[in-house]
Amino acid sequence: MADRIEVAFQKGVRDALGEKIKKRIINNLSLPVQKVNTVEVYTIEGNLTSKELSAAASGPLSDPVIQKFAINKPVAGSFDWLIEVGFRAGVTDNVGKTAREAIELLLSDKSRKISVYTSRQYLIAGKINKSDAEKIAAGLLANDLIEHYSIVSARDFDFVRGIPVYIPRVAVTDNPAVEEINLAAVADDELLQISREKLLALNLEEMKAIQQYFRNKSIIAARKKNGLGEKITDVELECLAQTWSEHCKHKIFSSLITYTEGRRKITIDSLFQSYIKACTAAIRKAKGKKDFCLSVFVDNAGVIKFNDDYNLVFKVETHNSPSALDPYGGALTGIVGVNRDPFGTGMGAKLIFNTDVFCFASPYYRKKLPPRILHPRRIYEGVREGVEHGGNKSGIPTVNGSIVFDDRYLGKPLVYCGTAGIMPSRINGRPSHTKEIKPGDVIIMTGGRIGKDGIHGATFSSEELHEGSPVTAVQIGDPITQKKMTDFLLIARDRGLYRAITDNGAGGLSSSIGEMATACGGCDIDLALAPLKYAGLKPWEILLSEAQERMSLAVAPEKVKTFLALAQKMGVEATVLGKFTASGKFQIRYNKKTVAFLDMEFLHDGVPQLKLTAKWQPAKYQEPDFPEPVNWGAVLSKMLSRLNICSKESVVRQYDHEVQGGSVIKPLTGAANDGPSDAAVIRPLLASMEGVVVAHGICPRYSDIDAYHMTACAIDEAVRNAVAVGADLDHLAGLDNFCWCDPVKSEKTPDGEYKLAQLVRSNMAIYDYATAYGVPLISGKDSMKNDYQIGKTKISIPPSLLFSVIGKIKDVRRAVTMDAKRPQDLVYIIGETREELGGSEWFALHGKVGNCVPRVDAGKAKSIYRALHRAINAGLVASCHDCSDGGLGVALMETAFAGELGMSIDLSFVPYRGRKRNDYVLFSESASRFIVTVAPQDKANFEKIMQGNTLSEIGFISNDNLFRVYGVSGQLIIKEKISKLKEAWQKPLNF
Amino acid sequence: MSRKVKAIVLTGNGTNCEIEMAHACKLAGADTVDIVHISELLYGEKRLADYSFLNLPGGFLDGDDLGSAKAGANRFLHAPVRNHREMLFEQLLRFINDGKLILGVCNGFQLMVKLGLLPALCGDYSKQSATLTYNDSGRFEDRWVYLQANPQSPCVFTKNLSFMYLPVRHGEGKFVARQSVQNTILRNNLLALQYCDAAGNISLDYPMNPNGSEKAIAGLCNETGRLFGLMPHPEAYLHRTNHPRWTREALPEEGQGVAIFRNAVNFIRSSDF
Repeated sequence: MADRIEVAFQKGVRDALGEKIKKRIINNLSLPVQKVNTVEVYTIEGNLTSKELSAAASGPLSDPVIQKFAINKPVAGSFDWLIEVGFRAGVTDNVGKTAREAIELLLSDKSRKISVYTSRQYLIAGKINKSDAEKIAAGLLANDLIEHYSIVSARDFDFVRGIPVYIPRVAVTDNPAVEEINLAAVADDELLQISREKLLALNLEEMKAIQQYFRNKSIIAARKKNGLGEKITDVELECLAQTWSEHCKHKIFSSLITYTEGRRKITIDSLFQSYIKACTAAIRKAKGKKDFCLSVFVDNAGVIKFNDDYNLVFKVETHNSPSALDPYGGALTGIVGVNRDPFGTGMGAKLIFNTDVFCFASPYYRKKLPPRILHPRRIYEGVREGVEHGGNKSGIPTVNGSIVFDDRYLGKPLVYCGTAGIMPSRINGRPSHTKEIKPGDVIIMTGGRIGKDGIHGATFSSEELHEGSPVTAVQIGDPITQKKMTDFLLIARDRGLYRAITDNGAGGLSSSIGEMATACGGCDIDLALAPLKYAGLKPWEILLSEAQERMSLAVAPEKVKTFLALAQKMGVEATVLGKFTASGKFQIRYNKKTVAFLDMEFLHDGVPQLKLTAKWQPAKYQEPDFPEPVNWGAVLSKMLSRLNICSKESVVRQYDHEVQGGSVIKPLTGAANDGPSDAAVIRPLLASMEGVVVAHGICPRYSDIDAYHMTACAIDEAVRNAVAVGADLDHLAGLDNFCWCDPVKSEKTPDGEYKLAQLVRSNMAIYDYATAYGVPLISGKDSMKNDYQIGKTKISIPPSLLFSVIGKIKDVRRAVTMDAKRPQDLVYIIGETREELGGSEWFALHGKVGNCVPRVDAGKAKSIYRALHRAINAGLVASCHDCSDGGLGVALMETAFAGELGMSIDLSFVPYRGRKRNDYVLFSESASRFIVTVAPQDKANFEKIMQGNTLSEIGFISNDNLFRVYGVSGQLIIKEKISKLKEAWQKPLNF
Repeated sequence: MSRKVKAIVLTGNGTNCEIEMAHACKLAGADTVDIVHISELLYGEKRLADYSFLNLPGGFLDGDDLGSAKAGANRFLHAPVRNHREMLFEQLLRFINDGKLILGVCNGFQLMVKLGLLPALCGDYSKQSATLTYNDSGRFEDRWVYLQANPQSPCVFTKNLSFMYLPVRHGEGKFVARQSVQNTILRNNLLALQYCDAAGNISLDYPMNPNGSEKAIAGLCNETGRLFGLMPHPEAYLHRTNHPRWTREALPEEGQGVAIFRNAVNFIRSSDF
């Protein structure tokens, strides 16, 4: 029998969550509700006595000062509708877990096991009908994929018994059997059918490669010695599908591509090798002794030198597909998932900051939504909350990010999450950035338990979002379990208790142990030893589960006992699963019986190379011909209110960006702490003044014209943002995160050759610009199937490259912020403005694309960045702000209102090439430009340092709180109050 | 020779400000500063009795899943210390009765309030009489706030301090207590720190008062002044570059947060201890 404890606020106590929900119901659903109250419900299994129940209810489960509780009866008072939302079976219930642990502490018999399931009631008062209540439940409160809900009206509610007990226990199938499949004599279409039905996402050639492997006589003979036969087991098939998935193997980036552009035709054998890896190799060679890269592309994250004693580790990931289905869980898992990448790099790093970049459709989207798509507003709020919980609860500051809006992200939102770490360059005498595993080392899994969560995540994200997308692909992260684990592992690391570490992400154990086993040549594990959340998982499910918060380790046999004892003391689960070998085999057992026996070489290198074609045919758009505006006040407000330009303060404030105490340049800056910083600076070592700079660039709109220039602009934006706050160009490393729509030509994707050409061109730009700037790539990731297809509706995202940079500033006291500092300071523009409005916000405001996309002149840019760095180091720069979305105009206004000061500008002094129109000069998005303010006494020195670069003094800072602009022909065209401009900029996303 | 100041910074189960809290203790001049995982106390490897200054840092104990610091308080009350036949809470009470200092910041303050250590009217440390609950805004927020110290307060941590600027970073910082409890807090000057505007006027309005705290309470001490908890983070402002406007204001190199820790260290060294 199970018991229910319901906890509600006492009369007169404000229910802040209820009020927030009420606001959302009114704003998002336009339903007239008067009041929403919330009730927390704990359903407890374990035959607690009434004394124990009341100790639990009055102890950990309620607050005596503000709450009241009821046991096995409803606490609810008056309402019109009651909606109770709880998790579906098997979905991670973090609160339930905490409640269970708390209640177990109260029991005198410490070995007693209980289960706690949580749900929440929303008591709604208001004149709404049943279908409105249904709309609130399904459209706002519950996500049908992971949650169930019940709706009761006051009239039907049983005020004596309340809502009946509901237990979301996973139905146990007592049959963890291994299925064997005969591939040897199967025809091609049947091979494909197997791939489709089992959600393997393998193509015919790949299925045939597997079939071929199982026709090899010597292989079969070896299998027979291990109790297997000619048939492939489901464990092996699933393991191969995961290892060979696009998500894990990056098959498109490794493919053989024939690229045509006009008469030019080239063959590219692997984009990854030819451009990404090649440019890093070239840059490292050119840097010679100044090369600061330590580990690139081989580990979970890239490693560079910070100083002689410490290394920096950085990784950025995407978690798009799960966030489309469950924005909260998807984003939460995204952030705690990427945390484990630097944590599982080398010997493991202490995590020092998070970054996040989201791409969404407009939260004000009004058209009808295609099936299975959540409203963008819901995605926005869910993702934001997921990253908030993931970052804040892990104690990692979220220091940098942005939100990009385009309605083509309706089908798949993009959720980029990054995490950096720091580690001593040597740990116990060994370099910390390398991994070493010896045959005989014991394999230990630590952290969370394994459930059905996240099964097929790797293969699922290798496909477009479709009707049959699996619900088990959704997981909910548990930051506290992970925090406990990382606290434990950092101590274990420093005591030398393990030899190697890696994380369990996509593909679970199959991937983590499979990859680690390459370091010594094999492994032998028994899946029956793995700790499970509930019984009944099949062996392949245990192997593939992407249940979160787990790390896999290689532990020397003599250290195992100490390692396990420390884990137990610190309340972290750790389990021996087997050992690493040199057998050349990936051997998996279940209760000692072998269930998978694959050659390591076949597993990791057996996937056939894809052969693809790419054809570049530049898009042509109608050249816009709208007249120059007259009402400038309205124009400025409209531009500042653009979703891609306006303030993101409401999101930023909800992230802890200062925990760990090293915050130097925060995301919000200026006189009222609300101006938009270009980049973040932190001090990871509190006793030192050395700082880490992090910034990013992303400009997907430009890929409508040419993904080459889109990429060049993204790289330039990232670098110039970092330089703007004081980063040294010579100590800057990059990470590339490609999010593309499916670029493989097929029936579903007739324009695949064009999309692949976009990808090729993007890679070419990476090579060209990373090399030109001397910014090596240290890590990255690609996500290639960001499409939605249900029925005839297909939505593909615009090709979106996020370029992140991490760098160093020698003394953080030299860092510069973007806000205007003092009246009379001079305003300069650095860099040339050209008539480059293709893909700009200004054209987008008119519903146009145009053709003249901004082009980056890397030579000139590099010279500017070096000179500006010298000026900043010399203390000559009062403020520095990069020009990006909305161009010079927006950068000027932001500089002024962040400083709460006025500004007077003369556009005729702007170095400009093109048709002289005030709107073009103000809103062109030419790259490599800054707005800099300089104190009058520093004018001569500043100009001297900047000599040889395009630079012009275009105005001054005033103390009259007015933004004045004289147009290209000398007359005053703009005179607006700073406060009014700021208001327009702050309003759109202030919810 | 003055008394040695031994500070302990407690961590584990979701605490996350322990490193900067320990750094603050060092900057303030503590002789030894140990970051101790709670399991070391529960295994009897470390004892509170060996220290004179207990720091309870910010974070999310057990994710604040049952309300801020609720599960954490439950652990203090009901987790036994191995081989010592006592609960951790008994060690804590002895520590208090010995007249030693406790500083709780954010989640540490929430923990103290939910255990009953604050305001602990009439020296009753075993009953929760106030709470810190969800901000009126219904959201977690990171923002800097102005604070006014109460010169009449017996709080040893805020001695000689007046106007301060520190960040808050919490979702559950609203101080709530029954009217009678509030009155006693005011009468005994247990109210050590209040939210105010930039001019120093006590404020009940958002965002100056970021969470809607009754009486604009940001920090609270017990009657001896030796136990102090506050929602803002003094350990987040140890250097001028932590200040959100350090690039536009002339500020001393040392951040304002250090003073709170220095007061604690000096008090332990003094004859009043």
